[in-house]
Amino acid sequence: MFRRQNLPGKRKIMDQQLIRADFPILMKEIHEKPLVYLDNAATTLKPTCVADRVAQHYLLEASNIHRGVHKLSEEATVEYENAREAVRSFINAEETAEVIFTSGTTESINLVVSTYGQSFKAGDEILITEMEHHSNIVPWQMICEQTGAVLKVIPMDDSGELIYEEFEKLLTEKTKFLSVVYISNALGTINPIKKMIDAAHEFNVPVLVDVAQAIAHTPIDVKELDCEFMAFSGHKMFGPTGVGVLYGKKEYLEKLPPWKGGGDMILSVTFEKTIYNQLPARLEAGTPNIAGVIGLGEAIDYIKRVGWQTIEEIESELLAYGTEKLSAIDGLRIIGTAGKKAGVISFYMDDVHPHDIGTLVDQDGIAIRTGHHCAQPVMKHFNIPATARASFSIYNTREDFDRLAETLIKIKEMFA
Amino acid sequence: MNNEMRELYQQMILSHNKNPKNFRVIEDPSHYAEGHNPLCGDNLDVYLQIDDDNIILDISFQGSGCAISKSAASMMTEVLKGKTVEQAEELFDQYHDLVTGKLNPDKDSHELGKLTIFSGIWEYPARVKCASLSWHTTKAALNNEDVCSTE
Repeated sequence: MFRRQNLPGKRKIMDQQLIRADFPILMKEIHEKPLVYLDNAATTLKPTCVADRVAQHYLLEASNIHRGVHKLSEEATVEYENAREAVRSFINAEETAEVIFTSGTTESINLVVSTYGQSFKAGDEILITEMEHHSNIVPWQMICEQTGAVLKVIPMDDSGELIYEEFEKLLTEKTKFLSVVYISNALGTINPIKKMIDAAHEFNVPVLVDVAQAIAHTPIDVKELDCEFMAFSGHKMFGPTGVGVLYGKKEYLEKLPPWKGGGDMILSVTFEKTIYNQLPARLEAGTPNIAGVIGLGEAIDYIKRVGWQTIEEIESELLAYGTEKLSAIDGLRIIGTAGKKAGVISFYMDDVHPHDIGTLVDQDGIAIRTGHHCAQPVMKHFNIPATARASFSIYNTREDFDRLAETLIKIKEMFA
Repeated sequence: MNNEMRELYQQMILSHNKNPKNFRVIEDPSHYAEGHNPLCGDNLDVYLQIDDDNIILDISFQGSGCAISKSAASMMTEVLKGKTVEQAEELFDQYHDLVTGKLNPDKDSHELGKLTIFSGIWEYPARVKCASLSWHTTKAALNNEDVCSTE
């Protein structure tokens, strides 16, 4: 009997072997089993080129930027600004002044909330969705508390799709801001972001899109989306931790009051008066994560080298295969069954708590996330304490899901 | 799955998980606390009925949790029922040392009995809180604190 052919086309296998070779950690064994890394929604692995680029900066280019007149500082400044240009072109922003480096998505959102949010008045309404990450809930709650604005939540249905009609009902003259996630980290849902942005603009409502989970999985064009702000992190796109981006339309960023005060964000300081710098420096006080930014630039080059076609082919096939494989397990329920999904399969098993699943699959060398995924309202919606989540990336294979499914069946038997 | 894991998830734990003891509410308890484990979002409430002689007449728990936290709570209620508050506090200290790897059940003296089943947990730092949530919650209840968090 022939073994069932589980393998994708030859070209893709070749591509994927080359991709896997870029991530040395995949050669590691965990509990004496080859690592299966299915926690990419938490953070992706890093390719050699990114780690090397960061090391190269520290070993051969280390110096502060935008300050020294010496050669090293000038070189580091050029590399840092090259990374800004790499981000600009990656998201198709109009100009580099629209790209602000932050420590990550959380800081990007907090920057907008604590600057733009100062204009909110009592009774103004801020819209978010039921599937937001805590980082796109809590900052808004904080500013609502300070200003008397009201947080309104667009509900989702039991498949994990936003109920669009409810969004349309919530969008009114009172709405002053919409902040929405592109791809849900807990459910994998891809939201109809373009349609929502257009609808918000009908009411002159600016929109922030949290693309933390989308940025390494699908091409993003800020001009096409026409969003006012966009936030993402480097570490979920093969880049270093501690670095992220806030994109903002220039006319919006220019209107923001200064955020953090300090070096680099000023033109001149006296005790009587400070004159602030131009964008983007005005919003980047202090010495930034220079190595991180340069590493992020390298990660973007890496994504471009792999190519969106390859990324989307590998991931859409894995989503279909993984969904089929896990659904076949008796008593396993997939949480998040939206029509359009990416990268994430969240699930719940009868009689086995997700944390037990997490510890037990780890014993077989498989890394998944278990818990509420910083999206407790999502868990509440489905009336479960937590889920187990397998989230994948370009280096994951069908075999990874075969191993996960095999282990889950063993666990099920153990708890029977 | 390797043997260490079988050791942690041994039959007694799996059986307490499936059929937890004292898994109920005590109406009008003398002591009560809610326990939260922010890492996993688990909640676990502990109810106690303590008489004037400081004897734990009844103890129960409610809530959701993993096999480790549920079985730990279940076995805790079995062990603490009938003990004095002082004995419970002494056991809390011993149990805390056990799950954090400071007490070796084979060498050090203790009165933990079957609770030593949790001795391997210190090798799984992320799970120590699961094994200790019910105990921390009980301690909070005894100290008349209503809410307890393992963070």
